[in-house]
Amino acid sequence: MSEDIIYSAIIDEHYEEPRNFGKIENPDENIMETNPTCGDTIAMYLRLGDGKIKDIKYVARGCLISVASASILSERVSGKDIKEILKMKKEDILSYLGIDLGPAREKCALLSYDALIKMLKKYESETNQ
Amino acid sequence: MFDPVEIRKHFPIYERFQRENIVYLDNAATTQKPKEVIDAIVNYYENSNSNVHRGVYRIGEEATDLYNKSRENIAGFTGGKPEGTIFVRNATEALNLAANSLTRMIGKKFEVLVSRMEHHSNIVPWQIASDTFGIRLKMMESNIDRPLSWGDIERNITKDTRIVSLTHVSNLLGTINDLREIGKNLHERGIYFIVDAAQSVPHMPVNFRDLNCDLMAFSGHKMLGPSGIGVLQGTPEILEDMPPYMGGGEMIKEVFEDHFIAADIPEKFEAGTPNIEGAIGLSAAVNFLKNLRMESIRQHEKDLIAYTLEKEDELNIPSLISYGPRDPEVRGGIYSFNMRKNVESERPFGNEVHPHDISHLADRIEGVEVRSGHHCAMPQTVSLGVYATARASFYIYNTREDVDHLFDAIEKIGKRMIK
Repeated sequence: MSEDIIYSAIIDEHYEEPRNFGKIENPDENIMETNPTCGDTIAMYLRLGDGKIKDIKYVARGCLISVASASILSERVSGKDIKEILKMKKEDILSYLGIDLGPAREKCALLSYDALIKMLKKYESETNQ
Repeated sequence: MFDPVEIRKHFPIYERFQRENIVYLDNAATTQKPKEVIDAIVNYYENSNSNVHRGVYRIGEEATDLYNKSRENIAGFTGGKPEGTIFVRNATEALNLAANSLTRMIGKKFEVLVSRMEHHSNIVPWQIASDTFGIRLKMMESNIDRPLSWGDIERNITKDTRIVSLTHVSNLLGTINDLREIGKNLHERGIYFIVDAAQSVPHMPVNFRDLNCDLMAFSGHKMLGPSGIGVLQGTPEILEDMPPYMGGGEMIKEVFEDHFIAADIPEKFEAGTPNIEGAIGLSAAVNFLKNLRMESIRQHEKDLIAYTLEKEDELNIPSLISYGPRDPEVRGGIYSFNMRKNVESERPFGNEVHPHDISHLADRIEGVEVRSGHHCAMPQTVSLGVYATARASFYIYNTREDVDHLFDAIEKIGKRMIK
């Protein structure tokens, strides 16, 4: 339990002051995702263009892990190539948090990632047609 | 003398709990299993395993005898008759059976009344019955700090009400509803009465006949028994009139090309090979509980919840908010709570500590295992103005010391999360 949730300053900081929090008016993609076991909810908005994420915002209601991971994710993917982001693995997201999570809480950490990937896949399939 | 520390010696898992300093407080979700229950199941598989109601050979007869005796034992434990004691998977399946079969028995449009206090398993089956058979489901408001009374029910029944289905003890608030008077009055009006006893049968003396109900549901795993076995108890009269729920082997007398003749109760409602070891395990659990005496178990849990509420008052932690009746006389061993900042924060979303964080931190800081979420009671949770709570729930092996650990955890979480 050395790298526990209790001792993660990164998570604390992002929870207290989440980055990119808010809405985008007329977004290119948006989604609402819920974790049914705990009721955590995230609404995420994307501005997309030139194969990149131009802007990302979200409104999250949830636990420390889910809010902090949304914040960290938004910082990591902002301005990045969509193709590159789609190559990211769940393990990458979890490693950004810098803590070991049990399987039950992985869902909290991956809520924002799942939302993001769903939107990007939808966007890719629409623009490739 | 009721001694939880002595009781723990019967539970193999407590060796691990002691080694790792785990304080298990999630008994409303499921309870731990004593050696007596585990042994009964192992013994059945090692010595008597075979299918029931079939072979006229030695161990087949033995298995059937064990299964039937288990039914008799469990039926008697809650004051019901063996033929009125149907084995199902759990209270959820019992309530699904009741909703489906009773609705078809009545056979016309009517209204069913439930309360906001219900577990999803006493809401969703009625919603399905409503979608399938066109009956009307009415959910009445219930007070969060006092039990349901006959007056509450009386105000909400109409000329169309044919069924009232209520929980005996709220799994979220711990409220103990006095159902006897409600049952008596409903019967006088010819309204069927169903009781969800999943949170009462394990914790206090419950007598099916005293409740004046027609059907009652409970789960084995919440009362020291194995998972996958539960009971729908009913009066033989109503069960004989109710049509079968699932079809298949065991539940028939004869099958023809285009129709079947159902078996007598209770087999009529037990399609397929039953959970034989589940029934045997649950019977062993019932023996264990009878040995401790249900009055003593209730007394012990009343002491624990009274101590919890006293301690809460005494510590007066500003961020702590809890729900449910304050009078231990009408409160089971269930303590649901939240933690929130006492001033509005600048943060763009809520100022509560998420119950998931409470549950996770309580485990990591103090080894205290509490559940978080809506506890399968979303309508009640929403009425508290929150989307989730943390919940501690007690049983026979918990002590006042466990409650102290809970509050140590709450205080430490407060310091950690609320700045």
